[in-house]
Amino acid sequence: MPLERTQESGVRSQNRGPAVHLDKLVKRFGDFVAVDNVSIDVAQGEIFGFLGPNGAGKSTTIRILCGLLAPTSGSATVGGFDVSTQPEDIKKNIGYMSQKFSLYDDLTVQENIEFFGGIYGVSDEKLPERRDYVLKMAGLEGKRSALTRELSGGWKQRLALGCAILHEPPILFLDEPTSGVDPIARRNFWHLIYELSGAGHTVFVTTHYMDEAEYCHRVALMYGGRVIALGSPAELKTSLGAGHLLNLESSNLLGAMAALENKPGILDVAVFGGGLHVKVDDPGAAIPAIYKILQDAGIHVMTLDSITPSMEDVFVGLIEKEEEKKAA
Amino acid sequence: MNLRRTRAIFRKEMLHIIRDPRSLVAALLQPLIMLMLFGWALSLDVDHIPAYVYDQSNSPQSRDLINAFQGSRYFSVTEVTSYHAIEQAIDKRQCLMGVAIPPDFAKQLGQKQPTQVQLLLDGSDSNTASIARGYAESIVALYSGQLQAPVQTAMGNSPARVSAEMRVWYNPDLLSQNFIVPGLIAVIVMIIASNLGALTIAREWENGTMEQLLSTPARPSEVAFGKLFAYFVVGFVDMVIALVVGVFVFHVPLKGSVLLLLVSSCLFLFGSLALGILVSASFRTQLLAYQMGSFISFLPAFLLSGFIYSISNMPRVIQFIALFVPARYYMNIARGIFLKGLGVRALWFELLLMVFYCVSVCYFTTRKLRQKVA
Repeated sequence: MPLERTQESGVRSQNRGPAVHLDKLVKRFGDFVAVDNVSIDVAQGEIFGFLGPNGAGKSTTIRILCGLLAPTSGSATVGGFDVSTQPEDIKKNIGYMSQKFSLYDDLTVQENIEFFGGIYGVSDEKLPERRDYVLKMAGLEGKRSALTRELSGGWKQRLALGCAILHEPPILFLDEPTSGVDPIARRNFWHLIYELSGAGHTVFVTTHYMDEAEYCHRVALMYGGRVIALGSPAELKTSLGAGHLLNLESSNLLGAMAALENKPGILDVAVFGGGLHVKVDDPGAAIPAIYKILQDAGIHVMTLDSITPSMEDVFVGLIEKEEEKKAA
Repeated sequence: MNLRRTRAIFRKEMLHIIRDPRSLVAALLQPLIMLMLFGWALSLDVDHIPAYVYDQSNSPQSRDLINAFQGSRYFSVTEVTSYHAIEQAIDKRQCLMGVAIPPDFAKQLGQKQPTQVQLLLDGSDSNTASIARGYAESIVALYSGQLQAPVQTAMGNSPARVSAEMRVWYNPDLLSQNFIVPGLIAVIVMIIASNLGALTIAREWENGTMEQLLSTPARPSEVAFGKLFAYFVVGFVDMVIALVVGVFVFHVPLKGSVLLLLVSSCLFLFGSLALGILVSASFRTQLLAYQMGSFISFLPAFLLSGFIYSISNMPRVIQFIALFVPARYYMNIARGIFLKGLGVRALWFELLLMVFYCVSVCYFTTRKLRQKVA
């Protein structure tokens, strides 16, 4: 086994190009195509969200980028290093948080930090400083000698993130970091991600929480192994296609839905919270028409306004379009 | 291989070991229990076999034969007065062998006619029975030889009494403990090593920590050796316990070099731990890895190593398979050093095989760990 230098490669990679670059990446498991011809560039310092339902290929893509899986074809670079030929270099420049909580339950908070510090090659002189930083960041200063299994979900998540950034990696891969964590902890966690991004880390994060997508600089929507939309949240909302979104609250939700479906000028009706989101091509003509239809049906309209679509509308809209394509 | 990372893995594994006191105690008690069981309970020595004698002849000649049985330490003789008593005693497992001397025993001998003594054996314990038969036959043969000798002298033939004199080397008392305990050390090392090693990687796969570990710069060799060194500490303690108990409790003579014994034992321990880790990395679930670990390490070490069952008595095919059982060569080393006081000059081949075992298993373990997630 060749000896190698233990020197840290520093926070910023020397690479001046994109932090992460995917070019026609394909991963097949037998007949199943998990990742289908994906090409993406992620800029340095960007928070890049990877959205999609379970099984869309998000985790597989992240695993390829972390050097855990070999791609079937296509290429990808992380921090300028090729995933197929330079996985060792990539591993020194990334922090990875897998979907499943993966610290050691029977070790204390401090022992986990010290273990990962050792594995990531943080020097003995630097480790106390990094350890204290991570403890502070995760809010675990008072819990350093608690066994990890005794921590709550949110703390575990922050500790896992802390362990992944001990070596100040330029690029972070977070695979559904907030799944199974309460809303407050989720918000705190995103706060940390912002801080890291502000400090120059590139953050590549997968999620299926649509509200989290709003926090990202850019998102890619993945479905069936393919990227079906890519852009900033604002761009995606405006590019939802022809049509405007109306929010309708009425005395009879299901009755209103049945009455409006397949009427001229109405593109789509979907339940959203306690009301309906109605997609129309021309709001000026559609709003009076809707009032009329519902009045005829004996349904009282409480509110009917034009709204900006949320990421969830974008997501549902795009996926429905995909499903129609598939059915056709 | 990076020492800092290997050390980090080593420390982490030591913490796992300390945090799981039940497994640790089990790992340390196991060799003691096995030593007690095999050292004391599994005695291959057969002596004081309860034997019932039905003497129908009641003659000086038959008394002589019974005395010959009584005089040997292999039998403890009870005299009965019917066949039925022997049958009953065998049924109730009160005796293992019956000896029936026919009524015409003395008469036949007086007429220099060949005569027979009936041996009844409890074949349900075939192992002891066949040993008892061997002893009984030799006592009878000795007796008949003594009868013939004076006859031959009277007839003017050579008066020399030819008798086979037996000398047992290396284990002069033929104590089975002396034979079993050094071999048992090999079995213990193999069990401990495969049990400890088999779980360690599989556990990380089950908990999802392996994926995390693979995403770090830690190399497969560093993971393997960090874990190996940690379990080596436990295995070494086990091995020393076994050696100390063997020498001081069972009084197995340690004739050869302690250093050589330790060095060769460490080689065997290291290779066996690596084998456990290889199994662990191959199966990825603790249950499967544990079962396979026992299957490929413990069973061969127990059955195909010459621990109890002599390899030379096995069918050809099994003998061939036994050639690939590392425990067998280590057993030669352990017994050779303990009982014969052999040194490097006599054991170089086995020692070389131990080195080869370590190196090759470590190579395959590292290679297996290099595989990707799926």
